[in-house]
Amino acid sequence: MMSGEGRKGALGLRADSSAERFFNGLITENPTFVLMLGMCPTLAVTTSAVNGLTMGLATTAVLALSNLMISLLRRIIPDTVRIPAFIVVIASFVTLVQLIIQAYLPALNEALGVYIPLIVVNCIIFGRAEAYASKHGAIPSFFDGLGMGLGFTCAITIMGLFRELIGAGTAFEIQLLGDGTIVPGPVGTFLGMYQPVSIFVMQSGAFFVLAFLIAAMNRIKRKQAGKGREVRNGGEA
Amino acid sequence: MSSTIAILFSIMVTSALVNNVVLSRFLGLCPFLGVSRKISSAAGMGGACIFVITVASAVCGLIYKFILLPLDLIYLQTIVFILVIAMLVQFVEMFLKKYVRSLYQVLGVYLPLITTNCAVLGVALLNVQNEYSILEGIVCGFATAVGFTISIVILAGLREKMEFNDIPESFQGMPMVLLTAGLMAIAFVGFSGLRG
Repeated sequence: MMSGEGRKGALGLRADSSAERFFNGLITENPTFVLMLGMCPTLAVTTSAVNGLTMGLATTAVLALSNLMISLLRRIIPDTVRIPAFIVVIASFVTLVQLIIQAYLPALNEALGVYIPLIVVNCIIFGRAEAYASKHGAIPSFFDGLGMGLGFTCAITIMGLFRELIGAGTAFEIQLLGDGTIVPGPVGTFLGMYQPVSIFVMQSGAFFVLAFLIAAMNRIKRKQAGKGREVRNGGEA
Repeated sequence: MSSTIAILFSIMVTSALVNNVVLSRFLGLCPFLGVSRKISSAAGMGGACIFVITVASAVCGLIYKFILLPLDLIYLQTIVFILVIAMLVQFVEMFLKKYVRSLYQVLGVYLPLITTNCAVLGVALLNVQNEYSILEGIVCGFATAVGFTISIVILAGLREKMEFNDIPESFQGMPMVLLTAGLMAIAFVGFSGLRG
């Protein structure tokens, strides 16, 4: 795992160091906005920020632990049966997380329903096992999973926050906009006039919010890429 | 007897249209967004899905009822189902390749992609959650896959029409597809009036 010495990775940190892996997953290769992996939970469970956060943390736990385990087992698992072996490892951790959520957070278990066991088929987890953990040491693999997982968590919490705020006027279940806002004074009266657009907590709202977030990302990327060409395109409207 | 048929029919309508697997449950989005560029490939993917999901819900239902329940191993369902599905897809591919070549040539490319379709595992788990009998589970699986095919073919048709449209630069590609899917989801909300 020291082979990366001297090579520069994400954000100019040493490649394959724990910190580099962590920030790579969180920002540079954010699984949702950059790699576009794991779309199903991104759209399905983001009706509120709390749901998104829980789903993200559950996925992070599975991702970090399965990356660690697969990395430790990578010399024992024969190459030909690695895919079923990875699936068994991942499914075991998912079952573990599911039982914990069932025992201690029954309300969230109700809200997230079938999507918790479906973490098994989240392509982020399998993708990281195949692309990173099966080729690298235990510590960077663990941090790779942690970073990727937290990147995913941030992305779907933001999605959930947007949908909750526009669709129900709440943020993390605190009423900010519309009737019964907690903001006092004239600002509160103003915010109280907000009418929630309930389509955003419905299914179609998920598609719309994600479409606009990706379009915004595209615009930022295009701006950055376009900086070098500004002189050439300067005269065009 | 007639009440059984009524129940099966209601399961069929509910899982194909009202709770459409993609637009309302958000399962199987990867192929929905990925393989919907052309109507022909969308239909091929849909056909492969109908085949695999129906067989998978039958096999998973049988395993759940006759192995997991009697042995008190329900907590193993996720692991068992995903392994069964992965195995099943491989097996279906080998079987079609050897015995039903014409079908294999139509569906062949799409079969390996199905393992990554969370609708397959999703249906198997939902069948258990809703406590469906094996026959109800098979009907639910079949209808869910038909719903998937309907929505992916419609999306592919829309995308073919939109190919030469003048779309704002930032919205080209995925954002436009997502907006289209969102509008389809609004249309599908109309079906909820069908639920008896």
